[in-house]
Amino acid sequence: MFKHGLSGTAPARGVVPSFFRRQFYDGWRLATLVIALLVIIPLTVVMVSWFQPAPDIWRHLSETQLGGLLRNTFWLVVGVACGTLLLGVSLAWLTAICEFPGRAIFSWALLLPLAMPAYVLAFVSLGLFDYAGPVQGLLRDWFGSSRWFPDIRSTGGVIAILTLALYPYVYLLSRNAFATQGKRMLEAAESLGCSPWRAFFLVILPMARPWVAGGTLLVIMEALADFGAVSIFNFDTFTTAIYKAWFGFFSLPAAAQLASCLVLLVFIILLVEQRLRSRMRFTEGRQSAAGERILLQGWLRWGACGYAFAVLTVAFLLPLMQLCYWSLGAFQKEFTSRYLDLVGHTVLLAGSAAFLTCCCAILLAYTSRRHPDAATRFLVRIANLGYALPGTVLAVGIFIPVALLDNVLIDFCRNLLGFEVGQLLQGTLLIMLLAYLVRFLAAGFKAVDGAMHRVTPSIDEAARLAGYRGLHLLAKIHLPMLRGGLLTAFTLVFVDVMKEMPITLMTRPFGWDTLAVKIFELTSEGEWERASLPALTLLLTGLVPIIILMRKSEE
Amino acid sequence: MKAVSSVVLLAAIGITCIFTAPAFADELVVYSARKEHLIQPLFEAYTKQTGVEIKYITDKAGPLLQRLKAEGKNTPADLLITVDAGNLWHAASEGLLQPVDSEILQENVPANLRDDQNRWFGLSLRARTIVYSTERVQPEQLSTYAALGHDVWKGRLVLRTSQKVYNQSLVAMMIAEYGEEKTERIVRSWVDNLATAPFSNDTRTMEAIVAGQGDVGIVNTYYYGRLLRENPDLKLALFWPNQEQADSGVHVNVSGAGVTRYATNSEAAIRFLEWLSSEKAQNLFADANLEYPVNPRVAPNPEVAAWGTFTPSPFNLIQAGERQGQAIRLMDRAGYR
Repeated sequence: MFKHGLSGTAPARGVVPSFFRRQFYDGWRLATLVIALLVIIPLTVVMVSWFQPAPDIWRHLSETQLGGLLRNTFWLVVGVACGTLLLGVSLAWLTAICEFPGRAIFSWALLLPLAMPAYVLAFVSLGLFDYAGPVQGLLRDWFGSSRWFPDIRSTGGVIAILTLALYPYVYLLSRNAFATQGKRMLEAAESLGCSPWRAFFLVILPMARPWVAGGTLLVIMEALADFGAVSIFNFDTFTTAIYKAWFGFFSLPAAAQLASCLVLLVFIILLVEQRLRSRMRFTEGRQSAAGERILLQGWLRWGACGYAFAVLTVAFLLPLMQLCYWSLGAFQKEFTSRYLDLVGHTVLLAGSAAFLTCCCAILLAYTSRRHPDAATRFLVRIANLGYALPGTVLAVGIFIPVALLDNVLIDFCRNLLGFEVGQLLQGTLLIMLLAYLVRFLAAGFKAVDGAMHRVTPSIDEAARLAGYRGLHLLAKIHLPMLRGGLLTAFTLVFVDVMKEMPITLMTRPFGWDTLAVKIFELTSEGEWERASLPALTLLLTGLVPIIILMRKSEE
Repeated sequence: MKAVSSVVLLAAIGITCIFTAPAFADELVVYSARKEHLIQPLFEAYTKQTGVEIKYITDKAGPLLQRLKAEGKNTPADLLITVDAGNLWHAASEGLLQPVDSEILQENVPANLRDDQNRWFGLSLRARTIVYSTERVQPEQLSTYAALGHDVWKGRLVLRTSQKVYNQSLVAMMIAEYGEEKTERIVRSWVDNLATAPFSNDTRTMEAIVAGQGDVGIVNTYYYGRLLRENPDLKLALFWPNQEQADSGVHVNVSGAGVTRYATNSEAAIRFLEWLSSEKAQNLFADANLEYPVNPRVAPNPEVAAWGTFTPSPFNLIQAGERQGQAIRLMDRAGYR
């Protein structure tokens, strides 16, 4: 915890009382409050659902499915968290610290799956590996039977798919940590007599914890809120129950109640993680010089290379080839000049949402650094909750108050000013961007905040002595040091927005279809082959910022 | 208060973003759960013919209904197009659609394919029927939906997930026909006969049958039509069940539309709806997805007609909506995932 005398007042103990003190509200906290409010409003809409009880649906669920889907959700989250940790951290360590054949290529290539939406990976993998797919078909041709082939439509299969789709979050964030501090720490530990293996677990990994944990938290939230991939596998989770309550029983209150349980769960996880971390301090003064890498010897060299290649193949190359193959067939049927529009909309939306989110993430990260008191931390935590809500639920949570406000405005114009207007807010890009902000702020914040923690308090003190304060301190001292984290945040949000479906569907203005919308329309008709063309386009577009990110971070 | 400047910046971004004009008189605004590639050609044809511009947004039925509800009397939407009678029934029962008094529509759309208060009208008909492997099944072995629960089909039946509204409507209509108890027995016997866990869509279901994972299944005919187009030697065929029984028949569903309650342009919306049900548009509407026209004077596409004729279930589709919740509960109890 930072107590380096930057904030004028002593950290407040209670959360609630400080909200009511006037001196609490300086510009930074006020801006944080505004951002938190953006999240609080849709959350409130979700929570208000408890005033419309839906006991029959709850009873029905608890009598039939609840046990099963809680079990499913639990194993899914545990499995995906462990899987992404294992893949993400090990690959990050290998490419950041070690040297093996192909390392330079793998270090950026392993990030490419970030552009692959989980639902695309899901339908491509099912197309390839299910009973009717070419792989099992070939096996049957050769051996007469493929009964022994593991069933991909199983808990293990879903975990594998989500792990492969989500590991880049952990990889990206932990690789940053290892690359900037790993080598020096390793040398220090080794000079004290630690073996590299021991040093990794005793020193490096604990030191990288905020970043590793940040990545894993993102993964957990994504896995909890995922609907696309699990529904392709017909795998019942808490989120599919939310959809069932809404689309099946037409009970939005019941759906919102279920969703609020999900939010509560994530809030608790965030709280626990924060509590565990709050007693530690993670800072790193100097960037470590690009020293000698650990040269892997013997079979380890090729083992590392083979491992990285295997992950890259199943998570990216294989699905990419399948998409290309399908696209060839679908090209004539699907491709029209509208594709340029779709790409344009996608890039424009993703770019502006990423920009907006980065600005807000900087603001939050700086405020929580400047004011490390409980109340501010609470606000920041709230502002990060949007990531946990399933997209559709969040979309409704935003849509209802906006429609309400719009109706008030329209009535105001009609009754008091005497002229007719159409909807002022709804169906504007502003609402859409705000919705993206609420949903993806956590992704941007984790990356920026991680980088902010690398700036030592002593730098701030030195800057203060040199006369830098407030916005100046942020712009002249922090921003240049945050460049890496900002680029990461921008890329994460950009790619996330590109892949996003429900909010885009619900809040887009007329005619603002994106690639994800196109994919939704085709996959929901079961036309996976035709959906491969927009999916491939989405993938290739998403690769651009990722490759830029990797280029910059290699420098 | 320097953070204020960043807030101002945000507001500036926001204001530049507001440019979408509100909907005004001589254009029609459509909310559609039927996918763009299936409706856009119709919009284009209508605009060319009448000059009426059509603005549309597509989404799932659930969010569209919620959207209409939240927008209330200020909604820009004039017309709601959606698939599945259950969804249409919900839209009507939540008061989102208005009754339409049109002789043309009454004449073009048969009574069991529209709302009893004329708040929605079916525009295309889809049959959910039995599909079987021509390599391993003789059509004589098949008779009714219920018979798929017989022991002959143990380990041979393939189904799509019960999450899909098409199956919910199928079971809802079975409840209307057989009562809840008997329907639950039938659904349980299906579950006992499953060759593998239910699939997420009809196309996968059929591909599993082709690959030999199972031998029979229940699918919408147009998915079969699409597969057949890709592969004319498809080793699958359709079977029309429940043809021998009186007061029974093939389960049919519709995609349809209704004029929204607070439509600014309801006259134009009704005229468009009438056009959609006319001889001129019906083939365009149905053929885009290999479905059947609802208008009895319009013959289906030759590709579709080649699958033969059938007697549809005579029950009014309102049942699909009224009993949807009941059907989902039943399937959950029966362990149909």
